[in-house]
Amino acid sequence: MAAEKIITPKLVVRDLNFYYGAFRALNNISLTIPEKMVTAFIGPSGCGKSTLLRTFNRMYQLYPKQRATGEVLLDGENILDKKQDLNTLRAKIGMVFQKPTPFPMSIYDNIAFGAKLYERLSRHDMDERVEWALKKAALWAEVKDKLKHSGTGLSGGQQQRLCIARAIAVKPQVLLLDEPTSALDPISTAHIEKLIDELKAEFTIVIVTHNMQQAARVSDYTAYMYLGDLIEFGDTSTVFTNPKRKETEDYITGRFG
Amino acid sequence: MLTLYARRRLINAATLVISVLAMLFGLFWLGWILWTLLINGLPGLSGAVFTQMTPPPGSGGGLLNAIAGSLIMTAVATAIGTPVGILAGTYLAEFGQRGWLAPATRFINDVLLSAPSIVIGLFIYEIYVIKVKHFSGWGGALALSILVIPIVIRTTENMLRLVPNTLREAAAALGAPQWKIINFVTLRAARAGILTGVLLAVARISGETAPLLFTALNNQFWSSDMNQPMANLPVVIFQFAMSPYADWHSLAWAGALLITIGVLTLNVVARVVFRQSATAH
Repeated sequence: MAAEKIITPKLVVRDLNFYYGAFRALNNISLTIPEKMVTAFIGPSGCGKSTLLRTFNRMYQLYPKQRATGEVLLDGENILDKKQDLNTLRAKIGMVFQKPTPFPMSIYDNIAFGAKLYERLSRHDMDERVEWALKKAALWAEVKDKLKHSGTGLSGGQQQRLCIARAIAVKPQVLLLDEPTSALDPISTAHIEKLIDELKAEFTIVIVTHNMQQAARVSDYTAYMYLGDLIEFGDTSTVFTNPKRKETEDYITGRFG
Repeated sequence: MLTLYARRRLINAATLVISVLAMLFGLFWLGWILWTLLINGLPGLSGAVFTQMTPPPGSGGGLLNAIAGSLIMTAVATAIGTPVGILAGTYLAEFGQRGWLAPATRFINDVLLSAPSIVIGLFIYEIYVIKVKHFSGWGGALALSILVIPIVIRTTENMLRLVPNTLREAAAALGAPQWKIINFVTLRAARAGILTGVLLAVARISGETAPLLFTALNNQFWSSDMNQPMANLPVVIFQFAMSPYADWHSLAWAGALLITIGVLTLNVVARVVFRQSATAH
């Protein structure tokens, strides 16, 4: 799969350390995330995979005691640099969370909320953008007659697709998915996985997942992490069929974790 | 094993009986109060209550000026107290994680929340009534607003804290600045809870007598001038109930019944509002 495409690095992580107060959660992480592919972070709870994901849009800045050192380069620019404007960064890097997080407003306004932050669209253009985003997230058919209804009234799986639509309505380059299906049933999960496969044509996707089968199904590259260390990183088929490290093999074969 | 289970069942039954008895005991007094109010208040509740002014002893009259005064002062107090309370509560919930200001404010607010309302009446008397040299509707409304503020601050903060952090993160992840996150996401999510708090604050102040004694005082005549002493239900009830006149007593009962119905209605509305939003999520 991976070999058919030309690989361009989108995000380059160099010597990244992360601290929750005095606790060091990431140890010298370095890896390269290729453009327009799906990269999965796997590992047992507490291994730092979500922490790593959350440095990519500097989510940690909401919390005063969290900090990161090292470099994360987005197209060559260090996004951890204090000079980096947070809002422009987050326009380029969208995020979807574990639990669906629809805002307490209509489906339409949920999608328009993000887009309005960066662009002044006419009513007509905004309508088109909302439709585009909902179609991309495979939700349009289900909600097109109730755009004015509250986003919180949708089912869990629909809410999660609404959140994906909201993230891509901003037209980001990278999409961060933090265990996007762990709160969903198998059918909704299948929906989202199919969606991820379609979205990678346009977006660079990084997904954190607890589910190894999911990582194997959706990703082109896989990173296995343990206790804040990056143990192994490589293309998914190699990591799953022929891992270089014993720890990785133990984890994916279920001998531990 | 069976005896262990039998023992659990016994304890369960005993606890249930005690709880129900406690509930009945509490409810009994409440029922008695309502019953007394209805028995004594209903006969006095004629059309004249809503159309005529408070009478001198011995002649017929109503409570119109007191009802109007209470409504005006409650409305003004709510209008002053609600924005202050919501803004301060928002500060505590959304910006109050660091520094000393928020914990200090929270502590003072808790003190204010349980401050005897007569102290607040005296405070306004001291800083306002004495300065303008006469009792007034403004004084009453100010004293009541000081009762509203801590209640609204507390509910606003509590309701905002109930909003899951993931919602804030989701809005931040889109690149929304903090004022937009607060205005369009968190406050909106907490809207029903905050409205409930405001309604409960209104219910609380509509029965307050002590803060009005030194501020609005009373007025036997119609007055919609906030700069004049203003009639209001609680003080009228207080004065009429203390008097030796039977027709004043009957009006006092009618007034007490009116306030109780009002407060009861507000509480029910607050509950309905809160429940509706709870099912919507």
